[in-house]
Amino acid sequence: MSNDIRVKNGLSINLKGAPENIVKKAPFPKTVSINPSDFHLIIPKMVVKVGEKVSAGDVVFFSKKNPEIKFCSPVSGEISDIVRGAKRRILEILINCDEKQIAISHKISDFKKFSKNQILETLLNSGCWPFIKQRPYDIIADPTDSPKSIFISTLNTAPISADFEIILNEQKKEFITGITALKKLTEGDLNICVEKNHNSFINEIDNVKIHNISGVHPAGNVGVQIHHIDPVNSGEKVWVVGAEDVALIGKLFLTGEYNPTRTLAVSGPPVKYPQYYKTIVGSSLSEIIKDAGIDTDLNLRYINGDVLTGRLVEKDNYLGFYNNTLSVLREGNQYRMFGWIPFINNAVPSIYKTSFSWLFPNKKYDLDTNLNGEERAFVVTGEMEDVFPMDIFPMQLLKECMSGNIEKMENLGIYEVAPEDFALIDYSSSSKIEAQKIIRDGLDLMISEVG
Amino acid sequence: MNIRQILDTVKKPFGKGEKFEKYAPAINAFDTFLFVPNHTTKHGAHIRDAVDLKRTMITVIIALLPALFYGIYNTGYQYYSQLGTAFSTMDAVIHGSLKIVPMIAVSYIVGLAIEFAFAIFRGHEVNEGYLVTGLLIPMIMPVDIPLWMVGVSVAFAVLIGKEAFGGTGMNILNPALTARAFAFFAYPTYMSGNKVWVSEASNLDGVSGETILGMLASGESSIPYDVSQMFYGGIPGSIAETSTFMVLIGALILIYTGVGSWRIMIGSVIGAAVTGLLFNLWGANELMSFNWFNHLIVGGFAFGVVFMATDPVSAAQTTKGKWIYGILVGLFCILIRVFNPAYPEGVMLAILLMNVFAPTIDHYVIEANIKRRVNRKIKSNLNVA
Repeated sequence: MSNDIRVKNGLSINLKGAPENIVKKAPFPKTVSINPSDFHLIIPKMVVKVGEKVSAGDVVFFSKKNPEIKFCSPVSGEISDIVRGAKRRILEILINCDEKQIAISHKISDFKKFSKNQILETLLNSGCWPFIKQRPYDIIADPTDSPKSIFISTLNTAPISADFEIILNEQKKEFITGITALKKLTEGDLNICVEKNHNSFINEIDNVKIHNISGVHPAGNVGVQIHHIDPVNSGEKVWVVGAEDVALIGKLFLTGEYNPTRTLAVSGPPVKYPQYYKTIVGSSLSEIIKDAGIDTDLNLRYINGDVLTGRLVEKDNYLGFYNNTLSVLREGNQYRMFGWIPFINNAVPSIYKTSFSWLFPNKKYDLDTNLNGEERAFVVTGEMEDVFPMDIFPMQLLKECMSGNIEKMENLGIYEVAPEDFALIDYSSSSKIEAQKIIRDGLDLMISEVG
Repeated sequence: MNIRQILDTVKKPFGKGEKFEKYAPAINAFDTFLFVPNHTTKHGAHIRDAVDLKRTMITVIIALLPALFYGIYNTGYQYYSQLGTAFSTMDAVIHGSLKIVPMIAVSYIVGLAIEFAFAIFRGHEVNEGYLVTGLLIPMIMPVDIPLWMVGVSVAFAVLIGKEAFGGTGMNILNPALTARAFAFFAYPTYMSGNKVWVSEASNLDGVSGETILGMLASGESSIPYDVSQMFYGGIPGSIAETSTFMVLIGALILIYTGVGSWRIMIGSVIGAAVTGLLFNLWGANELMSFNWFNHLIVGGFAFGVVFMATDPVSAAQTTKGKWIYGILVGLFCILIRVFNPAYPEGVMLAILLMNVFAPTIDHYVIEANIKRRVNRKIKSNLNVA
């Protein structure tokens, strides 16, 4: 049986500033942050107070709804601030790092003989559990579920984002150990999706299903891969883990310590030295931004994640929990005279051949954050299907999400999608529809109504 | 002061909390016409494609221009050649322009006034869809229709055809065809017969003109035009529908840029060709035995399927649905031509009919997708058990 999947409907957006194959060690941060908004729908219940000392791996807060899911400090240091917003909602927890790092140790000897429950327990207590997310809904997995399969995507097709081949290159042993541990969590298949024709160490791993993926973005989206390999039906759960997160889980089972290092690609047209940095989850960004040669006086946008799905941050903010890419773009808050007339301005590419940009398919662009228009009603049809490689009607699903019709959302396949799968629809929509937000709201409605 | 600063000064009283805030959509429409606004992405993807509805709509207008220019020339050409006087190309263009430019002006003034009023009333931005509709309406009218009828038809189409359903994106029927259908049934003497298709035909004795389909419907078998005239458009008809050649240029622009659906266009041609061929074999009346290929190049068929059937809002919206919709438009167009003596041209009614059925077609295409999902679940449950 061939395990090849080729994605045709999609789009590769050529941007300047793709990260080069250089991995630098970033200086150990003075401050790190844990940002609960990285964990969708998790309401934090604090365990520590401001001024308290923590070691790496000490619990900082747990999920109010599911106290088993714990969130741990990535460093040893002192809780310096708990930033709260309206209704005392916790926005950010800041930890000042100690010079000498100590970590608490978990019992991992002979983990290969661990039962499923022992693996679960170790993951939950160590703070590694949040690396495991579930489909449907794209939220942190519920440890009491039994997933029908687990998926790991080791390719990244989003524009100028981190290349997992470079990231995993130095963490082969950790990755393989992580796979061994994760395999115990499901009775179904553990699926690893790799880039076709790439001779990677992953192809040698036993007891897993390897799928060769080729094609344009969003071929690397794990949701697209699940849809084509083992689609999620209503009532079923599939777990997904990020490629480097598998290595972090592997590190836990090799060393017994929670040490969430992160290989971060810094990319984008305004970045002078787009390259990789070895740092730590939640690390402050300012040193890295300076080292990558970004002129912070310019009006720039910093994004935790890739340019299609990432979260906006300020230059003195912190790295997110899941992000392997820090993208930088010029802010596009300026007017363009008659910029909407076709064939005049070729600096912005279009999926429609209404500028001469299609004559130069390999040209790399310096795109800014201008919306290039205003939001309008749904008018043009068929453009969403062109960038959405699933057997789902994207426009019809979006409309049902907007009207909140749960039965129809279910029928049209809401369980199979995540906001990131609609990122290219955001990008290409001529009516400037905010598809990712609509899908996120739709998924949240499903969680509260169906669960 | 540059233009931007002047605009910002003019816009100030229309800002949030200012005196004329209610009328902001009107001034914004002018502002965004001059400048792509400085809005940046707030949610979702941080970068966006260059395309917006303004660009989509202006592309359709560019595609319409060849047919419009030829229509202007042909209006003068038909008039002078029927009159039998010597004339230059310039004379023909001037005569046509004097007739057609006022119609376009009336269409835009009436239509945009209603659009602006609704935008202010409902508090949303002015949608660009009318830029295309406003040009289409005069292009599909007979040349001698009084201007006030154009205005009334436009008002009907925008109010009843579009705004009553909730505005742009919500309408069931193509607004331009709604305007034509309204005029067709409200003022039949100005919209059909043998005295309306050539400029001044009803006022001057020497001038008469009947469309080819009209002649065939009244049982005439000898058509005084050859195939090349039918194709290039030197024949009487609604203003811009006559030249299949110019319409094809427009079709290429739409297909090439990706703005118009090639599936609907090709589907319609297949539907009409096959139906025409079958009737050729039957051949019970003049229209049945009219060569199937000629069916494609006379009347409004080409113009209708390229510019009206492809309207994304009123057409089928799914990929499979577009094929079915297109084929049925072609089929019904020929069917109405052949079987209905009252309407020698069938494309308008065929498209309006399929507009009504487009949601039904989509419904079944989507149901098939839902059924696949349900079956997949049943299969998956069986595997587990």
